[in-house]
Amino acid sequence: MSDRVRLLLWPPVVLLALAAPLELAGFWLQTGLFAMAAVIGAIGLTLLVGVTGQLSLGHAFFVAVGAYGYAYLAGIGWPPPLAAIGAVALAGLAGALFSPIAGRLRGIYLGLTSLGLVFLGQHILTNATAVTGGFNGRDAAPFNLFGFSFTATDPELTVLDVPFGPLERLWYLGLLLVAVSWWYAGNLARGRPGRALVAVRDSEVAAAVMGVDVRRYKAAAFTVSSAYAGLAGVLLALAFGRIVPESFGFLLSIDFLAMIIIGGLGSIGGAAAGAVFVTALPLVLNHYSDALPFLAQPGEAGIGAAEAARLLYGAAIVVVLLFAPGGLAQLARRIRTPRSARHEPTTAGLADRPAPRADGL
Amino acid sequence: MNHFLTLVVNGLSLGCLDALIALGFVIVFKATRVVNFAYGSLLLLGAYVIGRAHAALGFAAAVLLALVVTAAVAALIGVVLLRRLRQADPGALAIVTLGVDIVLATDLTRRIGTDLLTTGDPWGAEVVALGGIQVPQTRVAAAVVAVVLVAGFLAVVKFTDWGIGLRASAERPATATLMGIRLRRVAASAWVLAGGLAAIAGLFFTAFPSPGITGGVGQAALGAAVPAAVLGGLDSTTGALIGGMAVGFTATFAAGYQDQLAFLGRGFGAVAPYVVMLLVLLVRPAGLFGSKEITRV
Repeated sequence: MSDRVRLLLWPPVVLLALAAPLELAGFWLQTGLFAMAAVIGAIGLTLLVGVTGQLSLGHAFFVAVGAYGYAYLAGIGWPPPLAAIGAVALAGLAGALFSPIAGRLRGIYLGLTSLGLVFLGQHILTNATAVTGGFNGRDAAPFNLFGFSFTATDPELTVLDVPFGPLERLWYLGLLLVAVSWWYAGNLARGRPGRALVAVRDSEVAAAVMGVDVRRYKAAAFTVSSAYAGLAGVLLALAFGRIVPESFGFLLSIDFLAMIIIGGLGSIGGAAAGAVFVTALPLVLNHYSDALPFLAQPGEAGIGAAEAARLLYGAAIVVVLLFAPGGLAQLARRIRTPRSARHEPTTAGLADRPAPRADGL
Repeated sequence: MNHFLTLVVNGLSLGCLDALIALGFVIVFKATRVVNFAYGSLLLLGAYVIGRAHAALGFAAAVLLALVVTAAVAALIGVVLLRRLRQADPGALAIVTLGVDIVLATDLTRRIGTDLLTTGDPWGAEVVALGGIQVPQTRVAAAVVAVVLVAGFLAVVKFTDWGIGLRASAERPATATLMGIRLRRVAASAWVLAGGLAAIAGLFFTAFPSPGITGGVGQAALGAAVPAAVLGGLDSTTGALIGGMAVGFTATFAAGYQDQLAFLGRGFGAVAPYVVMLLVLLVRPAGLFGSKEITRV
């Protein structure tokens, strides 16, 4: 993004995000919170899949570690900020523990194995009742920071005649977390480690020749990405209030993958846009299902809101990959840069390029 | 002892079914290097067509119709959708099939709704007793069909021109092209074949003792195909058979001895194949029979 566009674009966006709770109703704030959690998780996944080229279908597992980590640690009496940090660390640790397995596997084998992680995670979540509350899940303690509680009562807070309830307060917490995540990921991807990760993605052999410790960087990418997932999990737990195993299954992993594909692999802004699209679409369609004539009401035959949303984003994945492999990020770049200066990205981020043939042809 | 033998026989029959499911998954990967995430939905589609049509057409005709429909849809995915992306990388293609899977599964689940669909197969809920060991008749039928289909497939791959084309294009696409093998045609036929297999697998996967045709069938079938195919090696048909057997046995035994395995939690049978898969991959990163990735500089 050219610097001038960036300067013009950012202040209004930030202002709008900051002012939103003054105007928006509870539904929109709730939707926004889910979207923010998804943005953080998607940024983490795009660092792993898009930047480093390690396909992972196991993101939901690490999100679950974060969410349950927070609920458990806060439940046994840790102060919530500490519990949140602990949960993120736990998720990062889980990623680090998985990385020796991940380091041995390539491409699609890695993707399918990490999928196994999600099924294992589901099993643990429903059976380790003492920690996770089993099938019925577990309450997540409300957040507070230095005595400032993120529930409506303590202390009471009214800004411009708008009473600040839990949603409004969490909104700002979410914004802060998104901003920090975005900033950190941006610096990581642009800096020396980011270049090393891209080198690993493009060719492990070449990267190793250039002095990149491939194994260490892959492990680091897994750890950072999982920590991001953990933070997303914490925010998700706070937004839900109560977490159940069902929320962290195969479908969530697919959702995350859809977000970064639709957004454009490797692009942090794209991941954020994709996350907002995938998360908000079903909620918004559901909210307006009365007003949208093509949607069936619950109980009627025809296509309901939730189904329409899934159909739409399933189709969106196909269409994006067929016609704009660079996703939303590519489209944005197309609008901004003159045709002559274009450098079209490809889907090369997805590792598992065809194995070099011995043909020598 | 009798309990053990029962488990062996049941594991064998479930293993045949799992091998059948994994085979369709592996054929597409072998021919095109695409992991077909839409496979579960194709299976569900086959079962759905049988479930809707068997009352009107009779069982045999319904199965035939399902074969045609799934093969056509698979061909549509393989030929029409993925052809645009021939040059793209296989990871991206896999995700396209994921998008197709979401669309197919969502729509089929919606169509099934709360209906109770059954396959209407002639074996019903009958049980065969073999020397005191009880096996559902559908599982016996599944095992027989699986053995016939798999043996037939292996023979075709080994002896016919088409089979040689498939193996050649899997091994060295460029050389195969130079020898006059049409890669597109091989790929398209692999998709068609996988679609047909999906319908058969869908039939047995949803017949008794399974609870019938529901929206969750697709995901469950993919859940069986993935560990079987991966631990056998994604590009090996033999691997799919061994992997399917391993998954069938693991699941049956983990469920059969769940009292002894209670410390691992309830329903461990469902995830046991994944544990085995993880362990195998730790030792052999390309599965048991998969071809190793060569790194050339």
